[in-house]
Amino acid sequence: MTRWTPDPTFYASPRDAVQAPPEKLAYVAAFDRTAQRPDAIAVVDVDPDSTGYGTVVGWTDLPYTGDELHHFGWNACSSALCPTAPHPHVERRYLIVPGLRSSRIYVLDTRPDPARPEVVKVLDPKELADGAGYSRPHTVHCGPDGIYLSALGGAHGDDGPGGIAVLDHDTFEVRGGWEADRGPQFLAYDFWWHLTEDVLVSSEWGTPSMIEDGIVGELLLGRRYGHALHFWDLRRRRHVQTVDLGDQYQMPLELRPAHDPTKAYGFVGVVISVEDLSASIWVWHRDGERWAATRVIDIPAEPADPELLPELLKPFGAVPPLVTDIDLSVDDRFLYVSCWGTGELLQYDVSDPFHPVRTGSVRLGGIVGRVAHPARPDLPLAGGPQMVEVSRDGRRVYLTNSLYGAWDDQFYPDGVGAWQAKLDVDPEAGGITVDQRFFPHGDDFRGLRVHQTRLQGGDASSDSYCFR
Amino acid sequence: MTWAQLAGLVALGAFHGLNPAMGWLFAVARGLQEGSRAVLLRSLPAIAAGHGASVAVLASLVTATRSMLASTVLAVSTGALLVAFGLWRMLARRHFRWVGMRLSLAQLAGWSFLVSSAHGAGLMLLPVLLAGPAPAGAGHGGHLAAAPAGALSGLVAAGVHTVAMFAVAAGCALLVHEVLGTGVLRRAWLNLDRLWAGVLVATGLVTLVTAT
Repeated sequence: MTRWTPDPTFYASPRDAVQAPPEKLAYVAAFDRTAQRPDAIAVVDVDPDSTGYGTVVGWTDLPYTGDELHHFGWNACSSALCPTAPHPHVERRYLIVPGLRSSRIYVLDTRPDPARPEVVKVLDPKELADGAGYSRPHTVHCGPDGIYLSALGGAHGDDGPGGIAVLDHDTFEVRGGWEADRGPQFLAYDFWWHLTEDVLVSSEWGTPSMIEDGIVGELLLGRRYGHALHFWDLRRRRHVQTVDLGDQYQMPLELRPAHDPTKAYGFVGVVISVEDLSASIWVWHRDGERWAATRVIDIPAEPADPELLPELLKPFGAVPPLVTDIDLSVDDRFLYVSCWGTGELLQYDVSDPFHPVRTGSVRLGGIVGRVAHPARPDLPLAGGPQMVEVSRDGRRVYLTNSLYGAWDDQFYPDGVGAWQAKLDVDPEAGGITVDQRFFPHGDDFRGLRVHQTRLQGGDASSDSYCFR
Repeated sequence: MTWAQLAGLVALGAFHGLNPAMGWLFAVARGLQEGSRAVLLRSLPAIAAGHGASVAVLASLVTATRSMLASTVLAVSTGALLVAFGLWRMLARRHFRWVGMRLSLAQLAGWSFLVSSAHGAGLMLLPVLLAGPAPAGAGHGGHLAAAPAGALSGLVAAGVHTVAMFAVAAGCALLVHEVLGTGVLRRAWLNLDRLWAGVLVATGLVTLVTAT
């Protein structure tokens, strides 16, 4: 049923959204690498005034096993206020939760009990395959006319192309594949858009056969993983332009467009350069009528004793930063960069997107560093800052430590564990510090690994805005 | 046309103009996007033109038909149509297909035409059009020659309605753009779609009752 007034978590502009009240709950995707037990959505108390602060207060087991929960998103968000087809009286209520390995899609209702979401619908892998021709669903974004869902793989035995499926806003049924003309695009991963420009951007990882049994050395050194961005006409659903970053820049993953609808630029992180193991951040921008991408941050690999390195890295004698997630604050001022290999979370002031200024750094975990959380200085941490989520007001940053089951096992072969951390941000001067009161870890997550965090009411990577 | 009819047309025009989904919000977005009040002001006539065209098609059709057909038949079918369409608007939750944000003024007018038609803006006017005295000769077997004159009165009605719609839409757009800011939307935007569907059903019922 629709509401009489707009959902209070919808904001017309990013400027308004920054004024949103602090979140009280965080939803965290948790998965069982052995596929013996069901994956789950864990609910973490993030209200500092609550007695349960920093603990897992709710838990929803999914009805199947082997899903590998990864990313997920909301059924509706601030884009419902967009003027071409406004419908702001729907509710931000359902979590759309894809299983990256199983290709199942769950719909969870957070309304009856926000701390214990209920599974209300399960879309079979066959529905995604028959309806859209895709498998391995990944990123979820609430669009003005439907729920957009990227997928890494093809269906019915095809490894690719991956692409985007559209789900119905109300019934959550698969409406079909999104692309009217995909041009040369074959690899898929993340996508987002500049709504007011009618532009969609997508990035490239690899097809299921390239990733599901771990990163493949020959493919990486052969520069066969993705290394390009694709720009699309969002209105006509057509491929417009490929921007190749250069084949040494393997795996451009998360896309973070400016929230300000009058700004047509955004950031993308590249996992690794095969020339020197460095990671990089690029900004995409207009160049006349065309699109271009400019490298604005390089993060070098750190030399290390091969004895301390996993098999995969021993020949190189260095730890690659492995930038696997980035996030942009809602005011477009700070960019957060996860270096999952070196175990570092970096903060940059990107007020001038072409000249980022480093303003903060926190070390936790890391392949060699194993830096402990200040709340448990005796406990060396595996994994590193990976998924990073920023609160709407830009004052809090949440981190989890698992990348992707098969890849965790290669880079952290003695176990990646499970932990979540929270950083406090100085929103004026910049700078980040670890919150010592917040450290759910280990058995708190019941033996499951943790991936994406979504914040109640929305966060920096959940909403798009049509008004300045 | 009676004063009551005029008042009805103006009131419905104001109601349509008030609805952000009918276009003034799009004008505000375009103005903000380009950082220009002129863009906002240029968008409004295109939106009103699309709305007016949508309403005029239906209004002139009905008034032309009315000069040929028995008024009871017309009223009953109009009433039934309104109730059915209103119920469909109330129960179906389809979102109008998204057309993109970067439109020329001509495309914007086309968008407005489609949105107004899909919302049944013209339908809502029918009871008002049928409320006036039937033109001479109506109900007596029909006179094809009376059709053009009938259609003209429909066009006039659509014009009156659209002027009112334009004035209110322009007022809303400027108020939000210049004074209130878009922050007001999330608090003050009542679910007019629900109200809209209710109005359609109610006017349909009234038409049915008065016709029989």
